[in-house]
Amino acid sequence: MGKNHPNVDKYVVSRVRALESILLEKGILPPDAVDRVIQRYEADTGPMVGVRAVARAWVDPDYKRRLLEEPRAALRDFGLDLDMLRVVENTPAVHNVVVCTLCSCYPWAVLGLPPTWYKMPAYRSRTVAEPRKVLAEFGLAIPESREIRVWDSSAELRYMVLPERPAGSEAMGEAELIPLITRDALIGVADVRLSSPA
Amino acid sequence: MDGVHDLGGMHGFGPVDREANEPPFHESWEAAVYAIMRASLGTGQYNLDEFRHGVERMDPAHYLRSGYYEHWLDGIARVLVEKGVVSDQELAARTAFFAERPEAPASAAVRAMPATPAPRLHWFAPESERPATRPPRFAVGDTVRTRNIHPTGHTRLPRYARGKRGVIHRQHGTHVFPDSNAHGGGEQPQALYSVRFDARELWGPAAEPNQHVYIDLWEPYLEPGDPRG
Repeated sequence: MGKNHPNVDKYVVSRVRALESILLEKGILPPDAVDRVIQRYEADTGPMVGVRAVARAWVDPDYKRRLLEEPRAALRDFGLDLDMLRVVENTPAVHNVVVCTLCSCYPWAVLGLPPTWYKMPAYRSRTVAEPRKVLAEFGLAIPESREIRVWDSSAELRYMVLPERPAGSEAMGEAELIPLITRDALIGVADVRLSSPA
Repeated sequence: MDGVHDLGGMHGFGPVDREANEPPFHESWEAAVYAIMRASLGTGQYNLDEFRHGVERMDPAHYLRSGYYEHWLDGIARVLVEKGVVSDQELAARTAFFAERPEAPASAAVRAMPATPAPRLHWFAPESERPATRPPRFAVGDTVRTRNIHPTGHTRLPRYARGKRGVIHRQHGTHVFPDSNAHGGGEQPQALYSVRFDARELWGPAAEPNQHVYIDLWEPYLEPGDPRG
């Protein structure tokens, strides 16, 4: 154990196909479902809704207030109608980070599919207990003077971090800010920097 | 249940292992599991709480050596068999069929397509909020203590947060109660709160400084707490 790269049992692929065929026959699985899933997550690239909402919040204080206080209404600007998203704001005094210790709840609607590390035991076990050590592994040093708030997504609410706008980006507009914003920053394991992310 | 899925605070898993430029799916069967999950949830074969409890009952050693989509596959198959949607024998026979034909598409085993086409996939989980039937017991700022309970069924009160003192941070309204909904007991909606815990309360002297954990907890998990300790 302790490895984050899972092994796949040999029978898995056959079992998936078996289940797929039974559910096709029973009219539960649409014949185009797998193709649509792949299309949605592999082909429909471009900035995620979460990234676009953060960029707008940085340039528009009224939008930022709405995103924090009325996220459902704020996300409708991007064509999403989600009742359960909450946005938590990083400040010089507070750093937020999101985890799900019980399964792998993640704000799919705004961030797409979760990365594998988010779903594996190391991140899920440690983030609630030693977040500073975990964040240091991600290259993020949080001084003791800055409070860390860990959000364990135990219900159907989903959390997204509103990162701090990087110093030096004051003259930049929404479109220039978007490429700087990473998925990891919206989970709370990275901050946003002016140099393009690695 | 105090299962292997309840990982918060466990030791020994090592560093977080990241993959640069990770693809959405590593193999196509993962996308198929995702589609199966959405289709069977969307057509009401099970609810989200039954699905999660299906995953939780996976063999613990298998859980730890397998990945996310294998967890899903295991949980989905378990619940669909329990619900009578598929039979163990049918699943085993078809699995053997595809084990002998590794290149065959799923349609190769389909005897006849249904007369009524399957509905389109639902991308998002159904809403869990319900109208309130009574006022919430706790207000923002109230000190609460989580109950020290160890139910053998499904619960969303993590083990590391049981018997702990916290403060109500926010009221989330009234939501479907997973502990009931996972076991055919109906939705039994309950008030849901964001509860703020000081890391020292959760982890004792080993806690990192200046840290809080926020957990979304249903009212039956909580009792009034003493703000003095």
